[in-house]
Amino acid sequence: MDKGINRVWKGSRRAINMAYGILFWGFLAIILLLQPAFAGIDIYQFDNVKEEQRFRDLIAELRCPKCQNQNLADSNAGLAKDLKDRTYQLVKEGKTNKEIKNYLVDRYGDFIIYKPPFRLSTWLLWIGPLLVLLLVFGVFIRKNLKTPKNQAMDISLAEQQRLKNLLDSRESGNSETSRHIDA
Amino acid sequence: MRNKAFIYLVPFLLFIALSGVLFFALGKDPKLLPSAKLGKPFPEFELPSLHKPEQMLSKAQLTGEVVLVNVWATWCVSCLVEHPMLTKLSQDGVIIHGLNYKDVRPAAITFLENHGNPYRQIIFDEAGGLGLDLGVYGAPETYFLDKTGQIRYRHVGIIMPDVWQNKLQAVYQALLQE
Repeated sequence: MDKGINRVWKGSRRAINMAYGILFWGFLAIILLLQPAFAGIDIYQFDNVKEEQRFRDLIAELRCPKCQNQNLADSNAGLAKDLKDRTYQLVKEGKTNKEIKNYLVDRYGDFIIYKPPFRLSTWLLWIGPLLVLLLVFGVFIRKNLKTPKNQAMDISLAEQQRLKNLLDSRESGNSETSRHIDA
Repeated sequence: MRNKAFIYLVPFLLFIALSGVLFFALGKDPKLLPSAKLGKPFPEFELPSLHKPEQMLSKAQLTGEVVLVNVWATWCVSCLVEHPMLTKLSQDGVIIHGLNYKDVRPAAITFLENHGNPYRQIIFDEAGGLGLDLGVYGAPETYFLDKTGQIRYRHVGIIMPDVWQNKLQAVYQALLQE
């Protein structure tokens, strides 16, 4: 009787193990099958790696005008897709990165590139940090160089005279004057 | 001594100035981008008319008069909101051309049958190519063209009656006076 139960128990354990095995391999198969689907999100075809790299760099550097603070590469907005398509087309036509950026700035303005150009309206943006650094440097140097000098100068004429007298008297070894100072 | 007190005040004053700048920038809509096309000619194009697919439209059809070019689509809910205002403007004699942007032709035609057609010519830009050349980043957008076909103003978003009264009407009238 006991043996019979044991056999059933063993049998069901084997079945459970098998089910787990099927689940495991099934999931693994699904994950592996899905991989090409993830990779297949964009359908851009390139002749060579260099061309593809150029495209990837461009869409990473170009900003989506519709979305706030997302580049074209990250955005799924309809407009971002159109702009990616156009960028792809221009890359395929053999346009240089500069030409492609100019093309898009021409239409969407400086907003579309993350790196703003250096011009009259943006000079402060570029030079600003340098100016602040120079300012801090200037203040630092001034403070460190001038402080001792200032203290040396901060003696009135009467005090200078007194100092001279003291030094003179010390040289001549006049103890009475030195006592006078201590007082 | 006074000089020194002033130096200690500098960071505080800088802080006040920065706060001011940030405070006023709060009211600015970061979604409004300046148009790169202001003062430049309307881009050349060759696209079919919405109602007559065989009829090709080009820039020549938009020049010669002061016109508004309104970018719209049936998928754009704000365009539906804007529609009555466009209808009113066209009744007042403002020439409005439509740029049907990335839309489906039958849907657009049905839309106009249901809500009326304020447009003189409607360019059917299915692929959005002209939109891209214009720098359109969302509908509705309205471009003000002078007689020579130059883009003189761009309004992004719905033309609300008060916006027209307070701002756009003056822009339009000034173009007419030229």
